[in-house]
Amino acid sequence: MNAKITCLVAPVVSATTFIAFWYGVRGMMPADKKFMLPLPHDVATALVENHTVLLHASLNIALGASIGLATATVLAVGLAILMSTSGFIRTSLYPHLMMLQMMPVIALAPILVIWVGPGLPSVSIITFLICFFPLVVNTTQGLLSTDQKLVEMFDLYRASRWQQIRRLRIPAAMPYFFTGLRISGILASIGAIVGDFSAGSSANDGAGLGFLIIIYGAQFKMAELFATVISGCLVGFSFVLVVHRMSWFFLHQWHDSYERSDR
Amino acid sequence: MVAPPPPVHFNAVTKHFGDGPAVLDAINFTAREGDFIAVIGPSGCGKSTLLRLIAGLTTPSSGSLSLQRQPPVDAVVELAFVFQEPTLLPWARVAANVALPLRLRGVPSNECADAVHRCLTQVRLADRADAFPRQLSGGQQMRVSIARALALNPKLLLLDEPFGALDEMTRNHLNEELLTLREQAVWTAFFVTHSISEAVFLANRVLVMSAHPGRIQHEVTVDLPYPRTAATRQSSRFLELTAQLSQLLHAAETPPA
Ligand SMILES: Nc1ncnc2c1ncn2[C@@H]1O[C@H](COP(=O)(O)OP(=O)(O)OP(=O)(O)O)[C@@H](O)[C@H]1O
Ligand SMILES: [Mg+2]
Repeated sequence: MNAKITCLVAPVVSATTFIAFWYGVRGMMPADKKFMLPLPHDVATALVENHTVLLHASLNIALGASIGLATATVLAVGLAILMSTSGFIRTSLYPHLMMLQMMPVIALAPILVIWVGPGLPSVSIITFLICFFPLVVNTTQGLLSTDQKLVEMFDLYRASRWQQIRRLRIPAAMPYFFTGLRISGILASIGAIVGDFSAGSSANDGAGLGFLIIIYGAQFKMAELFATVISGCLVGFSFVLVVHRMSWFFLHQWHDSYERSDR
Repeated sequence: MVAPPPPVHFNAVTKHFGDGPAVLDAINFTAREGDFIAVIGPSGCGKSTLLRLIAGLTTPSSGSLSLQRQPPVDAVVELAFVFQEPTLLPWARVAANVALPLRLRGVPSNECADAVHRCLTQVRLADRADAFPRQLSGGQQMRVSIARALALNPKLLLLDEPFGALDEMTRNHLNEELLTLREQAVWTAFFVTHSISEAVFLANRVLVMSAHPGRIQHEVTVDLPYPRTAATRQSSRFLELTAQLSQLLHAAETPPA
């Protein structure tokens, strides 16, 4: 019980300290520089005043991030299964996947805008590219790390290749898959905002947080910029939350990363 | 009248891995239907390899091995293997673990329920059907593993030190349970163990192996009548046989000077 209270109180204390520090710093800044750091309550006001715009932009980001992440998940799992079945496929594809990961996605933005148009299509593709690699690598690793004794047991019962994948390799890869998904879940919203920043569009109400950053930046609206950052954090946080819930749902009953309920 | 085909027949079987030394050499042995054969011998003498050969998980380097006159891989004999560890699927509940061999045969899940219940009842774990393996004790997990082995009504049961990791009380208890199961269905068993008293208690034939290369040094017939109970362990014949076997095992462990 005590630990629980600490859990709630400690972050509040640290946040209060941080905000006090913020006011302090701002107070010590020379007058002509004060515009650079809006006060916390200015940011709060900006959040409230622009909440419709921010909410809309956040939802656009969430949409792009969801499409990108979902596509990356489906394709990554498919590719991982393929790669797990053959060392040849693995060695022929792995260097290209590395290249994909090394690619400066930002530089790709203008190309994507020309190919598929600005806004959601480009944003989703950029998110996809950022999320894909951690998912493929972790899932493949998981599919290959199956306990040899269990593999032998499946051999003994003359399980087909597909039965072995479906009933043994895929469930055994779950914890690894979720490790990948946790990383990609964090990257998804950042990827979408970066994508929106470099390939966003306000057409069809499609502006996201990245697009807002450009506009507010051009107008030196510091409080609004901070409010946009906070909105971005919240979008990212909700993704992380969803991924953690999913991970819990699939793993908590059996995996050692979760405590036994009847302990 | 033609004699029934032996469930397992080794004919001059040798086994070596790669170009390594012979792990098993000149194995000649015939199991009769309903035999309970215990295999004892020093560590590394090839006991596990022997069982893996029977299961078709590996093949002889020379000689031949047959199950009911068929090569192990296409044998029609229903066979089950209980490994040293429970080897349960951690993400599947007990019932699903027991149903696994049936599911792998393509039996739909709703038709597995009866068999699963029967096997779990036999190992007295019917009330834990919905538990996950990690919620069970080591002994219970081993019993689930045995229940899974029974799911296909095996005619040939291979057990590789199944109770090695358990304390003696639990082990004795599971031994008695295993013999009870044997009364309910006819199967032939190969049981690898390090424990002489376990071998004598369970088996009607005990093979004593020696190492480098692995050979069957002696075969001892255990003439204690079934059913055997906890009291059997106190009988003088039991003590005589364990003493004899421990001498033979000691001789097999000491390389000839
Ligand atoms: N896949 C393999 N490749 C190479 N050598 C192997 C392999 N499997 C077993 N061996 C070797 O064969 C020998 C016999 O192994 P095996 O596991 O059958 O012994 P064991 O009698 O079961 O020993 P223990 O009582 O310790 O379980 C050992 O020397 C081992 O190193
Ligand atoms: Mg062994």
